[in-house]
Amino acid sequence: MKIRFWGTRGSLPVSLTAQDVRGKLLNALALAGGRNLSGPGAIEAFVDSLDFTVAGTYGGHSSCVQVDNGSAEHVILDMGSGLRPLGQHMLQLHGPQPQTYHVFQSHLHWDHIMGLPFFTPAYIAGNRIIVHSCHSQVESALRRQQDPPSFPVGFGHFGAAIEFDLMQPGQTCSIAGMGVTAHRQRHSGDSYGWRFDIGGKRLVYTTDSEHRIEQQDERQGFVEFFQSADAVIFDAMYSLADAISVKADWGHSSNIMGVELCQAARVRTLVMFHHEPSYSDRQIHQVLEETRRYERLTREGHALEVISAWDGLELDL
Amino acid sequence: MQLSYRQLGPVRVIAVQGRLDHTHAPGFESELLPQLQACDRTGMPVVLDFSGVEYISSVGLRVLMLAAKQVKAQQGRIAIAALSPIVAEIFQVSHFDMVLRVFADIDAASTALLQ
Repeated sequence: MKIRFWGTRGSLPVSLTAQDVRGKLLNALALAGGRNLSGPGAIEAFVDSLDFTVAGTYGGHSSCVQVDNGSAEHVILDMGSGLRPLGQHMLQLHGPQPQTYHVFQSHLHWDHIMGLPFFTPAYIAGNRIIVHSCHSQVESALRRQQDPPSFPVGFGHFGAAIEFDLMQPGQTCSIAGMGVTAHRQRHSGDSYGWRFDIGGKRLVYTTDSEHRIEQQDERQGFVEFFQSADAVIFDAMYSLADAISVKADWGHSSNIMGVELCQAARVRTLVMFHHEPSYSDRQIHQVLEETRRYERLTREGHALEVISAWDGLELDL
Repeated sequence: MQLSYRQLGPVRVIAVQGRLDHTHAPGFESELLPQLQACDRTGMPVVLDFSGVEYISSVGLRVLMLAAKQVKAQQGRIAIAALSPIVAEIFQVSHFDMVLRVFADIDAASTALLQ
């Protein structure tokens, strides 16, 4: 199973500014002092040696993740703004050949559906898009965002066949060769985590999910949902202090909760996701380092790998 | 969860012992919060002596958040002191050093609260 991240930012797409790029260039050139950079090979080797926060960026598209399980049918988790480049990638790969896309929606908030109007395969006849959701309003929400005055191209202009599959949490279905289970989460209007099982591998996608520390039953439900997963893509938008004080009831979680739940569930890899839009690359990287420190401090035998997702990251499970 | 209490001049010191995890945090909450009722604008400042706390997880940190909120609402003064290296690091990575005033020892905390 391969996971590709097309959008990892929470709540709102963001972009590097000219000032941000200038800062990265200044940092890189300062680090280049005294090095022999004659020739493309030496330059490339130097760039590859730089810290990710200097040479790269976590990116700014809102939630969109692709799961490639080897099936001819494509699996997409949420339709944030990252869906646009995913659509372009699909066209490059498959050209005009009809494709089937299974989309699993965590919920219907704007940042998780805004990519659909820009998903080119949706406008091409012969394609099939099946939107799996536990929200009964899924179709009306997707139609409404294409209606005037919000967007100039109505839902009726889609050439692809768009179908809706209303699912029930806790019931496992077989879709695109995988066992798929949804789990209800604490978020305004509810959200749903998704668990995918195939060939002995388990992936959990759990974003826009607040965890109340004092709710032990709720916690146990998540531990069971995450149990022995190879990877858990987790909403780690806030620090714990913020998540339970000024940002309590905002519907998001923290890196600390991610570590504790994944440790209890003996998860292999925690993938931090839904990054706070106001955070710079350096701040997101600092959260990653703090989270790894917390994992080491609280480790009891089981080592949990901790990584932070970025637009363009590919993971092999 | 065992708490012990002592006076250090005009400051009340509450010493906490053990692990503040899922097993012990509920007892810590039920014992600590009533003790803070007198920590108001005219009451004695409180220093939490954490020298005996070997570990704290999110459930323990939540109790400290409740304590900080309660004392703030009562316009009282509270600080925490003498964290072990592990607990101090957990405070840093969870950003709880921005929720409570943290001091290296009881004397430093007492002095700061009385200023």
